[in-house]
Amino acid sequence: MRRKKPGESWGEKMPGESFYRENILDHYKKPRNFGKLEDAHSQAEDSNPLCGDEIAFYLKFSEEKISEIKFSGSACAICLASASMLSQEAKGKSIQEAKKIGKRDILGMLGIDPGPVRLKCALLPLKVFKLALYKHMGMRG
Amino acid sequence: MVKRLDVDRIREDFPILARKFFGKPLAYLDNAATSQKPKQVIEAIAEYYQACNANVHRGAYSLSQEATEAYEKARKKVALFINARSEEIIFTKNATEALNLVAWCCLSSRKIGQVLLSQMEHHSNIVPWQLAGRRFGAAIKYAKMDGWKIDCHDAESLLEDGAASVFSFAHVSNVLGVENDARLLCRLAKKYGAISCVDASQSAPHFQMDVKRIGCDFLAFSGHKMLGPHIGVLYARKELQEELEPFLGGGDMIKSVSFGGSTWNCPPHKFEAGTPNVAAAVGLAAAVEYLGKIGMAAVCQHGQKLSSFCRQELEKIPQARFYGEPGPAGIVSFNIGRIHAHDLGSFADREAVAIRTGHHCAQPLMGVLGESSAARASFYIYNTEEEALRLADAAKKAWRKLG
Repeated sequence: MRRKKPGESWGEKMPGESFYRENILDHYKKPRNFGKLEDAHSQAEDSNPLCGDEIAFYLKFSEEKISEIKFSGSACAICLASASMLSQEAKGKSIQEAKKIGKRDILGMLGIDPGPVRLKCALLPLKVFKLALYKHMGMRG
Repeated sequence: MVKRLDVDRIREDFPILARKFFGKPLAYLDNAATSQKPKQVIEAIAEYYQACNANVHRGAYSLSQEATEAYEKARKKVALFINARSEEIIFTKNATEALNLVAWCCLSSRKIGQVLLSQMEHHSNIVPWQLAGRRFGAAIKYAKMDGWKIDCHDAESLLEDGAASVFSFAHVSNVLGVENDARLLCRLAKKYGAISCVDASQSAPHFQMDVKRIGCDFLAFSGHKMLGPHIGVLYARKELQEELEPFLGGGDMIKSVSFGGSTWNCPPHKFEAGTPNVAAAVGLAAAVEYLGKIGMAAVCQHGQKLSSFCRQELEKIPQARFYGEPGPAGIVSFNIGRIHAHDLGSFADREAVAIRTGHHCAQPLMGVLGESSAARASFYIYNTEEEALRLADAAKKAWRKLG
């Protein structure tokens, strides 16, 4: 039996597509709905303790719909692009529709497989957005 | 004149360096987190399990005696490596456990109202003190920084009223890479009656350590950052070991046990509860032997050379900011413009360059630096200038794309 060379059984990680595709770079460099809403009906923020991503979402509602949405924070390209795309996606949606936005939608918008480590970066905005959404629903009782 | 390292020759000893990512050879620049292991260490561990494995300090049979001998021989080797005596070496799970031991034992055994640390500590030299401090009612003070070092004057001003009974600090910060004057700081502690504890996790892999010269009461480091397996080492002055109450309880650390109570084994066994990780100790002894053959002066010089070179290459990017200075510990921490460190890490990864990004388990220090994260390259004996260049190229690529 041929003896395996060191590390051989682990195979070689082959080039997949880079995270930094044009759509991600576009949202990273020109984030949509970036900023704060001083008169938000609901807001939430959270951070990813491992890498230091910080994201806050601000929501305003009108007739059961998200009428205005903004986000702020400092984060990596994946996280900022994800937040920017999510803000576009959620704007104008009814609360019931917005509740249904999930992990798959985020990954679909990003169009990449971020891998287990960067997945946390990609999903932080969704977590914060949902937090703000549920806060609002909780306040309404 | 210190003999230069024969890096090509050294690289042959590290099987993992043959691995490739994205078609490129691995450039492992995360040595401050953990180092790779030479085959001499891997083989020593395998040989222990194949030929010598038994429980130590117990069996009357020959195999157990051999295992005990291997374990105690390893202790002796590690002791010599830092100019200590065997009975002053306590093996732990890692440096973190060693620091937890010091914090718990000091605060549980003595009436201590205040502990002094510094602003540049790793979480492992903050949180154990916070935990034990809360349990035993000790306040914690932090000595400020003067440039990239612990401010000796601030440390003295916090020690001189005699309130702080322990001073625990990093020999070299894992972010800044700059050597603190451990000898002076330990002398200050002694002058004002405080126990001194040095976190040598980042210095022991690179420097010729001499606990007697430093004059510390405790000194903690990790085997796995210096070519060895995952094991920690705590040097503890014998008188203190005798005085302090144990940390963990169980087998091996007792002299006798009755339903009413127990008495303790002699140092250092008093602080090693349960079956120890004998194979890891044996592996660490092989690592120490490996480093000894190369010579710590050459190891020191190599770290200085590569970190200086890396810094110089990264400085070619005008937007680069640095934390700390190049030194023998081989650490270069940086950020570029507003690019998040995590993105720098991903660009480096595409070039098969492994660097650390994040807060480096030093959140309070990152706060002082005004950053939430940073990228860090850390070099060791098998790294090359070519690898540092590959990192600089990846950083330039990141800047072109994201800057």
